[in-house]
Amino acid sequence: MRWLGVAATAVALVLPAVLGPYALAIAINVLFFAYLGQAWNLVGGYAGQLSAGHAVFVGVGGYTAAVLAAETGLTPWIGMFVGGALAAALGGVIGYLGFRFGLRGFYFVLLTVAFAEVCRIVVSNWERVGGAVGFYITFTGDPRRLSFQDDRAWYYIALALLVVATGIAAAVERRRFGIYLTAIREDETACEALGVDTLRYKLLAMMLSSFLTGLAGAFYAYRYSSLQPNAVFGVPLSVEIIIRPIVGGAGTLAGPIVGSLILTPLGEASRALFGQGGWHGAHLILYGVLLVAVVLFVPQGVVPWLRDLLRRRSA
Amino acid sequence: MSALEVRGLAKRFGGLQAVKDLSFTVGEGEIVALIGPNGAGKTTVFGLVSGFIEPDAGEVTFRGRATRGLKPHALNALGLARTFQIMRPFARLSVVRNVMIGALGRHADPRAAESRARAVLDEVGLAAKAAQPAGSLTLAERKRLELARALATEPVLLLLDEVMSGLNDRETEVIIELVRAVNARGTAILLIEHVMRAVMSLAGRIVVLSYGERIAEGRPDVVARDPRVIEAYLGDEA
Repeated sequence: MRWLGVAATAVALVLPAVLGPYALAIAINVLFFAYLGQAWNLVGGYAGQLSAGHAVFVGVGGYTAAVLAAETGLTPWIGMFVGGALAAALGGVIGYLGFRFGLRGFYFVLLTVAFAEVCRIVVSNWERVGGAVGFYITFTGDPRRLSFQDDRAWYYIALALLVVATGIAAAVERRRFGIYLTAIREDETACEALGVDTLRYKLLAMMLSSFLTGLAGAFYAYRYSSLQPNAVFGVPLSVEIIIRPIVGGAGTLAGPIVGSLILTPLGEASRALFGQGGWHGAHLILYGVLLVAVVLFVPQGVVPWLRDLLRRRSA
Repeated sequence: MSALEVRGLAKRFGGLQAVKDLSFTVGEGEIVALIGPNGAGKTTVFGLVSGFIEPDAGEVTFRGRATRGLKPHALNALGLARTFQIMRPFARLSVVRNVMIGALGRHADPRAAESRARAVLDEVGLAAKAAQPAGSLTLAERKRLELARALATEPVLLLLDEVMSGLNDRETEVIIELVRAVNARGTAILLIEHVMRAVMSLAGRIVVLSYGERIAEGRPDVVARDPRVIEAYLGDEA
């Protein structure tokens, strides 16, 4: 597995040299959504706490970095981490409310969606940050202001984010923290009886996950030079974040990456094919069909299914 | 100082008084059995003692320390472990991982926790199954896994909720020997058990519950002859 990771990173490092602009844009999305999936995976996959409102952390992170830059001149390179910290704080609040009061399964899903929706509505009505029209960032092309003439810069930033998040997930997996999370996913009552402070570890997972997701906000804001509340706080983005690790294999290191390699190009192709003539929601239908197929045929996700297949071959 | 002291414990669920003014103690290193007919409130007592259920009244003192408000994981850290009558294996995790979850509280380094877990699996005779997912174990093996996980937390007091029910004679004998060995190392044990052979051979003292109340307490041979106990088990006509 480790060699596979090193090899994949090496390929990813040289890839932009051979990609055209359109392929590069898709590759950036593959990496960026793999990163978001990896961040979600910490709480949604390993710990099994299905946050369905993770877009809220992208929104908080993005608006924080962009508004701070506009109002105080703070470079988004730092604003990104301020946004991550605020996202982690919000994740702590949502997590505490959900975990402290024992909201499990669907109830936790509803809580996370509700928080994201409330934030979307608040920001939509907050004129100071652009309201429903959104917040626009002047393109400078200055790397010190997180702005680039060359899209390959975004590619390498997304790659770096993904490598770091995967490294964090790998470290979590090996430690007591990660081992506890996988047990929490299975049975919280048994965990408590065995000395595991489930509230604490679920909260830690939620905050780490929302911090990493918050970092992605600045990336999103400055790559597109704009933020719209419906786009960055909305349910569709939350679905985009969740679906890749679930298809690839929730709670596995490679799951979010494999999921993004499958779904991002599919989504793009479907947008390109059906983008005109009132068919622009077609990729969502495709996601729905794929999700049903995964749940029916490979409920653990593609990565565990492949692993079992290889194991049986070699046995 | 006793390992466990229960005074005036009470718990009501709606119209049902599950436990009523219950008092008993478990001495350091002692084996006490909690018996009584189905529905007598035994498992509720375990829930109250291990921090899963808040009592309406009464006090639980664990090694001289009042436990009110402590959560189950905190009580476990202090040295109180329990098993569940309805076993709760982490089904998709391997057997050794299951036991590691218990061991990690005392050994934060996963490698140390794993070697501790393997030692416990050796003791309960599950070493050969270490790599299997816990969901694939038989009933008797799951009972032993439940016990192994609790043992891995290195308890001072171990609460065993029917770890022998549903086992055949040979399997029961294995668990009896295991419990005896654990106790010989100084762990106090409070056990709920319907298998009378096990109760009689293990317990130094028996507490009998009926409708949430203690109706008898004493040495096994004395309790077994107590008319109130016989009545509770067999009804008025006996």
